[in-house]
Amino acid sequence: MSASAPPSPAPETSPGAALDRPVLRIGPATWPWRPRTVLVCLAVAVLLAAAFLRALVAFDSSSVGLADTAAVLLGAGDPGQRFIVLELRMPRAATGALVGAALGLSGALLQSLARNPLASPDTLGIGWGAAIGAVTVIVFGGSAGGVSGAAARFGVPAGAIVGGLATAVVVFGLSWRSGVHSNRLLLVGIAVSLTCANLVYWLMTWTDLQSAARAQTWVTGSLHAADWDRAGTAAVALAVLIPLALGAGRTLGALGLGDDAALGLGVRVGAARLVLLVLSALLVCVATAASGPINFVALAAPQIAMRLCRCAQPPPFTAMLMGGALTLVADQLAAGLFAPLQLPVGVFTAVLGAPYLMYLIVLRHREARL
Amino acid sequence: MTTSATAPPQGAEEAAPADAGPRLPRRLAGLALLLAVLAVCAVLSVAVGARGIAPAEVWRSLLTPDGGEASTIVHALRLPRTLLGAVVGIALGVAGVLMQSHTRNPIADPSLLGVAYGAACAVVFSVFLLGLSDVSSYVWFAIGGALAASVAVFAVASGGSRGPTPVTLLLAGAAMSALLSAIASAVVLLDESSLEVYRFWRIGSLSGRPEGVTAQILPFVAAGLVLALLGTRGMNALALGDDVATSLGHRVRLVRASGVAAIALLAGGAVAAAGPIGFVGLVAPHAARAVTGPDHRWLVPYAALCGASLVLAADVTGRVLRGSGEVEVGIVLAVLGGPFFVALVRRRRLIEL
Repeated sequence: MSASAPPSPAPETSPGAALDRPVLRIGPATWPWRPRTVLVCLAVAVLLAAAFLRALVAFDSSSVGLADTAAVLLGAGDPGQRFIVLELRMPRAATGALVGAALGLSGALLQSLARNPLASPDTLGIGWGAAIGAVTVIVFGGSAGGVSGAAARFGVPAGAIVGGLATAVVVFGLSWRSGVHSNRLLLVGIAVSLTCANLVYWLMTWTDLQSAARAQTWVTGSLHAADWDRAGTAAVALAVLIPLALGAGRTLGALGLGDDAALGLGVRVGAARLVLLVLSALLVCVATAASGPINFVALAAPQIAMRLCRCAQPPPFTAMLMGGALTLVADQLAAGLFAPLQLPVGVFTAVLGAPYLMYLIVLRHREARL
Repeated sequence: MTTSATAPPQGAEEAAPADAGPRLPRRLAGLALLLAVLAVCAVLSVAVGARGIAPAEVWRSLLTPDGGEASTIVHALRLPRTLLGAVVGIALGVAGVLMQSHTRNPIADPSLLGVAYGAACAVVFSVFLLGLSDVSSYVWFAIGGALAASVAVFAVASGGSRGPTPVTLLLAGAAMSALLSAIASAVVLLDESSLEVYRFWRIGSLSGRPEGVTAQILPFVAAGLVLALLGTRGMNALALGDDVATSLGHRVRLVRASGVAAIALLAGGAVAAAGPIGFVGLVAPHAARAVTGPDHRWLVPYAALCGASLVLAADVTGRVLRGSGEVEVGIVLAVLGGPFFVALVRRRRLIEL
């Protein structure tokens, strides 16, 4: 799977050498074999696995330590320990990894499409749009805001998907003027996300304090409430979306060369772009439904992956792994920093990610046409 | 104070005839019209509310307070609320003009560029960590927060090689807002009882504010207004570019510093009183500029009146929309302001100033 990094031009090799480069073929698809990308993928996968295991050992102040966790994983351990590890810690870790992976992949697709490192579900308002749908269900769905059962399992994700897709359509539709200029896209995205954020906070004033606190935690982006229901829903949705997105991402390299060149290479530009946009919006919606909007993971993960791989575009598969690893690490840091108080992971990623976005802004601002 | 040496504080009206030419009658008529609009909004704000009180009854209790129910509602709730709305609107409208001209960017507003959240974050800190409960004591923190955030956003946005473009500036503001509101919500989550206050305050509302809040922020807003009016000539010169402004005898740094101080005073005061209300500072200056053109001596008072009318109109709309309860003014403005913003972005081909 590591070879599913996108076909990216290798600036350092001459055209003759590129022909000699080994490639990987699966059916009609061809990927160049880039050892560096494979190595980075492996390293990030190891980091992801390590963070996942670390998450099983300690999130909380309970006394289930390393040896007990190992015993539980091997099938032993008493019921209390089994409950803590398998019902509390593991769904949280799984949700974190899934959400982060979806966000990283979605960010990679959007940044490649917009050809702008500043484009991400955070700056385009898709996450806030999904939040409107989900908070509507949380506020109006259950008795006194205690959403459970079918409403939690299907209602919240469905609300998030409707809200997120509608927002994506609105943002892209409004920034369309014979083509989408990435600057206009970003500006419209900021306007829409501000409006959506205000509506979310308004919805939160409709309920009693308990559900408002729940919604506040959710709006900040939190893995506290993760359970197997949510993780399962997210896993099923992502099992469909991620292969589709990785497959559709093959055209990104061609699209990055410009419309005419992509057409010449046999890519149906309009259709390919639409499919990629819809898939990346759906990924964000599923992630948001599972955990609330976790800020800036979708912005940072693709950029970090791109720099590590030294690619010209964010590599989708590496960005996906990176997103999962970043989210898990951030969640553990957020939980441990002010223990026993547990900060939502979204606070932590915002505090780290916002300065990073500012750094990107200072570093360079590139204009591109989508 | 170069500007004050060449122009008296009220230079806007006095100096205008010399170079305003044929536009003067139109501008004066516009000013009169705006005053009338503001008066209508204020009257509506006093007359309309969740509790249906007949206009004659309102008028009577306004003139002769008798301690009855209608009189209490009018004097204790609606009048202070109307005053607060007017002051907050004036402050935000003028802060918007200042931000737009100092960043030379048509899409600037205290809430868009993170200044309002700087103030909000500082207020949350002072209320929930230091235990301050009085507006007059935490307004200092709000002003400090607004100052820090505006300096930071200007610094980040001007860090690139080509100076700030609208996109970089707005993204820097969005990043700043995200950072500060995350910190604020962390503080609020650590202390759950404070969420009850915070969740109503953060969306921007004129209702349920403590008594006398308007009087407590008034000195700061007034100081900001005076600074803004003093700086109008400087801003006119700055619009021609820093070099030209310098050669015209303006001290660019002083003009900029006084502008930032005025922004902090106005935005900090408004946020301390009513929470981060968005989009007033975006819409009011554009509405004003449509009549006055780019001359700041007219733009500042026009935007002040526009801002006040806008906030009051939005507040009344929010009260009418939902029968028993109300839609907070911040929400009404966000829903109206978002489309305005989008229209602005679409109208200009690639916004440049």
